[in-house]
Amino acid sequence: MTWTLLLEQSLNGFQLGIVLFLMAAGLTLVFGIMDMVNLAHGSLYMIGALLCATFTEWTGSFLLGVLLALPAVLVVGILVEVVALRTLYKRDHLDQVLASFGLILFFNELARIVWGPEGMAIPLPAWLDGSIEILPGVPYPTYRLMVIVVGLAVAAALYWLVVKTRTGMLIRAGASNRTMVGALGVNIGLLFTLIFGFGAALAGLAGMIAAPIVQANIGMGESILIPAFVVIVVGGIGSIRGAFIAALIVGLIDTMGRSFLDVLLGTFMSANAAETAAPALSAMAIYILMAVVLFFRPQGLFPPQGRG
Amino acid sequence: MTIGKLSAGFVAALALASLPAQAASVKIGFVTTLTTPAGVIGRDMQDAFNLALEDIGGKMGGLDVEVFYEDDGFKPEIGKQKTDKLVQKDDVDFVAGYIWSHVLLASQKSVLGAGKFLISANAGPSQLAGKQCHENFFATSWQNDQTPMAMGEVLNKRGVKSLYVIAPNYAAGKNMVAGVERSFKGKIVGKDLTKWPGQLDFSAELAKARASKADGVFVFYPGKAGGAFMKQYQQAGLNGKIPLYSVFTVDSLSLPLFQKGKLEGVMGSYMTQFWAPDLDTPQNKKFVDGFRKKYNRYPSFYAAQTYDSMFLIKSAVDAVKGDLTNKDGMRAAMAKADFPSVRGSFKFGNNHFPIQDFYLREVVADADGNWTTATRDVVYKDHQDPYAKDCKM
Repeated sequence: MTWTLLLEQSLNGFQLGIVLFLMAAGLTLVFGIMDMVNLAHGSLYMIGALLCATFTEWTGSFLLGVLLALPAVLVVGILVEVVALRTLYKRDHLDQVLASFGLILFFNELARIVWGPEGMAIPLPAWLDGSIEILPGVPYPTYRLMVIVVGLAVAAALYWLVVKTRTGMLIRAGASNRTMVGALGVNIGLLFTLIFGFGAALAGLAGMIAAPIVQANIGMGESILIPAFVVIVVGGIGSIRGAFIAALIVGLIDTMGRSFLDVLLGTFMSANAAETAAPALSAMAIYILMAVVLFFRPQGLFPPQGRG
Repeated sequence: MTIGKLSAGFVAALALASLPAQAASVKIGFVTTLTTPAGVIGRDMQDAFNLALEDIGGKMGGLDVEVFYEDDGFKPEIGKQKTDKLVQKDDVDFVAGYIWSHVLLASQKSVLGAGKFLISANAGPSQLAGKQCHENFFATSWQNDQTPMAMGEVLNKRGVKSLYVIAPNYAAGKNMVAGVERSFKGKIVGKDLTKWPGQLDFSAELAKARASKADGVFVFYPGKAGGAFMKQYQQAGLNGKIPLYSVFTVDSLSLPLFQKGKLEGVMGSYMTQFWAPDLDTPQNKKFVDGFRKKYNRYPSFYAAQTYDSMFLIKSAVDAVKGDLTNKDGMRAAMAKADFPSVRGSFKFGNNHFPIQDFYLREVVADADGNWTTATRDVVYKDHQDPYAKDCKM
């Protein structure tokens, strides 16, 4: 193990965390403010990726693809909220889980009919497709660096939106005390629709960003949904700041586990045993983290203030 | 509902249930993955099976053939449920298919315990080749270790001294790693087993592979994970730095996607396989031409094995002239491997896995510019898997 490898793996963890954050931001807002468990958030991630792939194919440019797909996912999100989920706010969580699980099945089948089971690969422009040397002798994929930059920019924009604007104030107020915000005359219905659409766009953006790496596929949302839930539970439900920090922690722990656990275990057990134990343990690492956080701080690391 | 109505319904149900008892058809259950992104593999197999059914005129041994397709959802527990349903409810005579080793291992008992024939059209777990081999189990594919063993030989020949191995952490992944370790004479400098099927981002593994300064990277990623891996290999700037040697990762299902995604790095890369679309056997020409004509794409090796499995079943039913109660006769007929195979003539070993040739293939563009693979060399002649000696049959 060398320092350059450690640096590279930290960047990898950071990059994974950024994608998780984009996913978790929408999820935590919807869960925290609307008290709605939306399993279909992963479907919006998938729809974002597939729409972006299609638009990229039409226009021949990944950037245009993203710019066209973003509003499209926003519209899909708002449609989902208005048509299906709006009626479920007052129901208990089990009903919401069932209904949004139904939406997952619906979207997966829809994707299979429209895009086929083979999915889509997104070609990147040449300047993004290679790698650059971040330090002498340490090349790093340009696209992954770009993901980190874009993700940080989105996080900063979100921070500004939530902390400095009136909409953000309403969002924060909603996360702290929904009923009171309604009682003060805020149109809660409209606020919810907006938040949901906004969360959908963020999930879609996460999908678009991930697609050139993992390809756009049916069911891609399910594999990221669970870590995203881990992130919002660790970070504190309803808290954007918590989601950001927890996403980075989860991304780093997952990547570091995959990178160094076999070496680490190898220092005190046989190479063979370490080889078998390391993949199993690194797959569990983020869930162990969640269990520990839930035990010591059941409300999460950074819960929204004023939640009582 | 009154007792009278109930019993009337019961009698009617009995009458219905007893109807299919006089078998006028051969019933074949086919378990594969039709949903999830791996559904693209299942579709290729289903298409090949349907094509084979057409090519035999829908008949074998004078009987009509009925096929029941079931989707395993890429999950062992669902695969087992569907297998149980085929065996118990549909009362099929043969169960074929199975992409995934872990699904096959979970399902095999349901078929073999009921005294039916089980034909694997892809998965070749070491367990079923060795100690758990069974007289009613046949594979029209390969044992998992064989293809990576062939790759190990190729690596030796090319003077590769150190190798970094990356594979998914499940039954077949472990067999693939064991296979290449068995024949590769150099040093394995690093090995990663990744979460399966969830993990599609290989940033950490690729960074380790680069840091290891190995002469080559060996991978096994079937289905969509393969596409993701190849893409990330290129993005990490590893193409041209460390040669990539793959098994079951680049195939006719992923190549059109690579071509669309402009993944030039995959051109010229090498893999080993028991079959290739350009193999010059009469049955293979018929199969590849028929498949391309009907579905307008190249068949994958999954499709080739599946096509063979239909002809294997036909050879059994033909041999007993449609007498499906004659299990011994059908078993003996299948063990002879006396059917036109896409790979040319081959034999079954004592464990009912093929003893067959393995080829080195390279990714090239065909005359129309479509990306495909071309055969470059014969790596193994009549190769038998290493587990056959553990099989007491």
